[in-house]
Amino acid sequence: MKIIVPVKRVIDYNVKPRVKMDGTGVDLANVKMSMNPFDEISVEEAIRLKEKGVATEIIAVSIGVAKAQETLRTALAMGADRAILVQTDDEVEPLAVAKILKAIVDEEQPGLVILGKQAIDDDSNQTGQMLGALLGRPQGTFANKLEVEGETATVTREVDGGLETVKLALPVIITTNLRLNEPRYASLPNIMKAKSKPLACHAPADYGVDIAPRLQTLKVSEPPKRSAGVKVADVDELVAKLKNMGVAA
Amino acid sequence: MKTLVWVEHDSGAIKDATLSAVTAAAKLGEVHLLVAGSGVGAVGEAAAKIAGVGKVHVADAAAFDHVLPEAIAPLVVELMGHHDAFVAPATANGKNIAPRVAALLDVMQISDILLVEGDNTFTRQIYAGNAIATVKSSDSKLVITVRGTAFEKAAREGGSGAVEAVSGSGENAGSSFVGAEISKSERPELTSAKIIVSGGRALQNSENFHSIIEPLADKLGAGVGASRAAVDAGYVPNDYQVGQTGKIVAPEVYIAVGISGAIQHLAGMKDSKTIIAINKDEDAPIFQVADIGLVGDLFKVLPELSDKL
Repeated sequence: MKIIVPVKRVIDYNVKPRVKMDGTGVDLANVKMSMNPFDEISVEEAIRLKEKGVATEIIAVSIGVAKAQETLRTALAMGADRAILVQTDDEVEPLAVAKILKAIVDEEQPGLVILGKQAIDDDSNQTGQMLGALLGRPQGTFANKLEVEGETATVTREVDGGLETVKLALPVIITTNLRLNEPRYASLPNIMKAKSKPLACHAPADYGVDIAPRLQTLKVSEPPKRSAGVKVADVDELVAKLKNMGVAA
Repeated sequence: MKTLVWVEHDSGAIKDATLSAVTAAAKLGEVHLLVAGSGVGAVGEAAAKIAGVGKVHVADAAAFDHVLPEAIAPLVVELMGHHDAFVAPATANGKNIAPRVAALLDVMQISDILLVEGDNTFTRQIYAGNAIATVKSSDSKLVITVRGTAFEKAAREGGSGAVEAVSGSGENAGSSFVGAEISKSERPELTSAKIIVSGGRALQNSENFHSIIEPLADKLGAGVGASRAAVDAGYVPNDYQVGQTGKIVAPEVYIAVGISGAIQHLAGMKDSKTIIAINKDEDAPIFQVADIGLVGDLFKVLPELSDKL
């Protein structure tokens, strides 16, 4: 069974994003970029399934700029077998990403597609669900635990009040939550090996997908700033404040 | 514009997040509701009473139980033949269903909106709330999820919508429900609590979390939250997490105890009306957003605070 793992190149988790002065977006010039943290979890989960003998091949896919090759190399260094870059300099919205992924799934026929539940740049949380719809396949979103046996995936999902378990017939779309696993670091020998693993380059047009955006970003602005308030000296002063606010009697 | 709002309900009660979604939908036009599930007649009746509601579509069938998106999305798509916008609360279930609907309609969803600026223009947070984007849709129909804390809740009473049964095809692309472990708590739910007491890694272990955070929460009638670090360390279950990838909250008062204030945590709580921070590190970033700060050892401060309230 093949597993497809889409990975996105995004601003590094530890970098504080800054809004551009002209209000057109977030400044990404000279900013450290990394693999979307949820996608690292997806790659790790795919590797574990391969180690268990459930999967035979892991294909990492990225849609984005030429530099997304670095993100794919990271996935290959972690343990993916080959990579596909669908290269474009344009911003690609989740709907178009899902359409490209559908075309790749139609070609590769994987048993599982494991995606991050959201990218930490646009925070959309859409692509996996959209892919499930386009393929007419079930989805196990916000996965906390994944077990694959025969033709069935059992997925424990994080929901608002706790956990929920569903059984899904393969092929299945999974989206990963934070605590599904802890992704490994690529070892130096594996980073070297990754350089010679196959990486194919395509364009969105190769898949017949129109990536023209449906949403126009009119402006991007800074959120309203909160300013630091007062410091209280001790608990008594805090209690007095709480009583003043009517929070405590 | 005719909108269709998906009603989230649990054991017969309509969830607060739905009421916020109704308020957002009302800014776009006429509000119709969809109540789906099995044995949901009473929920449909209750939904019809929500202020400002027109028609309530009730899909009562076992196929719609447990909110499986593979079954609900095709039902919504059928109804969208007569509606211009699909609106869902940005809850775990709403997020599970809406993009599936959007893809089937060939529409680019607008996630987690904060504001309705116009018929097809909305604002939403990106980059963990470090930027706010104003986006305009060019799609012929809209699919939107609504951040509950950003909109007032519509009144539960005052409406007189017409209830109409719908059947739907009952198709399901291969999913079935096995079970759920939902935390039972007497405390208010995080996303609707007026006061939240949240604990961080500084609590050191699960016992401390319970013995130090919970008494204060109980005194204040507050919900209990946690930082990612506290959840990662296993002090409390995952559904306590407040932040970019956890719950987004905006209570009247948010009390952060032993939480340093990583940007991912701030993303989940910085719209709270009043933020109170208790931390022994006076340089902790949480103090930059706190209205009231107390520098001190939580192991001394919290018991004293619980005592004196």
